Amino acid sequence: MSGFFSRQRAVAKPNYNRWMVPPAALAVHLCIGQAYAFSVFNSPLTRIIGITESAPDDWKLTSLGWIFSLAIVFLGLSAAFGGKWLEKVGPRLTMFVAACCFGGGFLVAALGVYLHQIWIVYLGYGVIGGVGLGLGYVSPVSTLIKWFPNRRGMATGMAIMGFGGGAMIGAPLSILLMEHFQSASSVGVMETFIIMGCVYFLSMLIGSFTIRTPPENWQPKGWKPPIVQNDMISQHHVHIDQVLKTPQFYLLWLVLCLNVTAGIGVLGQASVMIQEIFKGTISAAAAAGFVGLLSLFNMGGRFFWSSASDFIGRKNTYFIFFVFGIALYSSVPTIGASGNMGLFILLYALILSMYGGVFSTIPAYLADIFGTKYVGGIHGRLLTAWATAGVLGPVLINYIREFQIEQGVAKADAYSVTMYIMAGLLSLGFICNALIRPVHEKHHIKQEDLDEIDGIFPRSDANESEQTLTGKK
Amino acid sequence: MKNSRTHSVADLLLLLLFWLYVSVPLAWGIWSTLQKALTLFN
Repeated sequence: MSGFFSRQRAVAKPNYNRWMVPPAALAVHLCIGQAYAFSVFNSPLTRIIGITESAPDDWKLTSLGWIFSLAIVFLGLSAAFGGKWLEKVGPRLTMFVAACCFGGGFLVAALGVYLHQIWIVYLGYGVIGGVGLGLGYVSPVSTLIKWFPNRRGMATGMAIMGFGGGAMIGAPLSILLMEHFQSASSVGVMETFIIMGCVYFLSMLIGSFTIRTPPENWQPKGWKPPIVQNDMISQHHVHIDQVLKTPQFYLLWLVLCLNVTAGIGVLGQASVMIQEIFKGTISAAAAAGFVGLLSLFNMGGRFFWSSASDFIGRKNTYFIFFVFGIALYSSVPTIGASGNMGLFILLYALILSMYGGVFSTIPAYLADIFGTKYVGGIHGRLLTAWATAGVLGPVLINYIREFQIEQGVAKADAYSVTMYIMAGLLSLGFICNALIRPVHEKHHIKQEDLDEIDGIFPRSDANESEQTLTGKK
Repeated sequence: MKNSRTHSVADLLLLLLFWLYVSVPLAWGIWSTLQKALTLFN
């Protein structure tokens, strides 16, 4: 591709400051993170016709639940299938397409609300918006890792922290806009969708236009790759397709899936759980505050743990997630039974900080194992584990809980078995993490083939980059 | 030299503005969430 969106045009000029890249990535992730706040639209969407209360022809909550589920499924699919395309066209075009899809998805969904056709909302926010989510999520990852080879975890942590923070902006913004636009004849959702679609499109566009890729073989000024090589940080690259032939990919897939299944499971029931365990002490408003507190720890953990992984190593960080996770999940029933609410909240906060850390540390883990060349695309493929966990986690939790209640277990006690099962899942994850070894050299790309594969980084581009770019920060 | 310095200041200003562009909404979101979270301790 030539023109503004070509790979060459996105390569940084000599004076470019690499610290411009994290806000460019954040400009995208803070937008797409809105997805986690979509539930604020659920209640108003059930009153589109009735306005003050649901009319018989209004949408039901069960139908609306599919909007978010579809978005997460298409996030996983687009990240998996769009990853290779991302490596080919670069982050600028990918972010631009993500902006069109995510912003456009809102506008299509607004049309669905206007016509009161649920399938148009599914198509808009669920399918088109979901594709924007997936492409937007993976697009800045490999660029950040290449700009910050010495702080891979911190760099990706900043962007993925934005995804956690996006919901914190999206939820109050949506509520403010709906309150502004609501009238006797409208709940204000359609107008809110239009405004948010435009705002998110523009913000993601700014991210797309400002992101720059480093020239080939660029290194930070004064930084040299460590002389003492760490076996768990590869100096080689594995091709995006070859990765699927390595056991390490599937082990990492399981590590992510098991960890996220356990995390989503407890996150989804946090509000109900604290109200049932501390019945009479915790109101619905306080439970909502509890969920808010958890989302703060979820976001903070994304930056903290991924930054810490730069110092303690990726594998060790995941060992911490699993060992502490098993201990914390197993302690929840006992602490709940003891009535110590402060400790209960602290346990949950730590669990959620590690849940966030799992997401933000995985790109750096992938870069360590498979090299940095195709890490964006590989990350996209690994995110199918997230989509799987997104379905598996809530189903598992709800099924176990319902089964327990049917067996006569008190509601407040029905969580104990669930937490122990989640701790069991984490034990499996621990084993998978322990089995991860450096990739066999037969999977490495040979140096002479590196720039030629798939036409990615053709020689002419690389030479041009070397001639025009000598700047180091 | 003067041009270079001016360019550098402009770059830093742009960098600062860009960081503010993402951090101000994020700070607002965190503040809103924190206020909600505080109801837990009331």
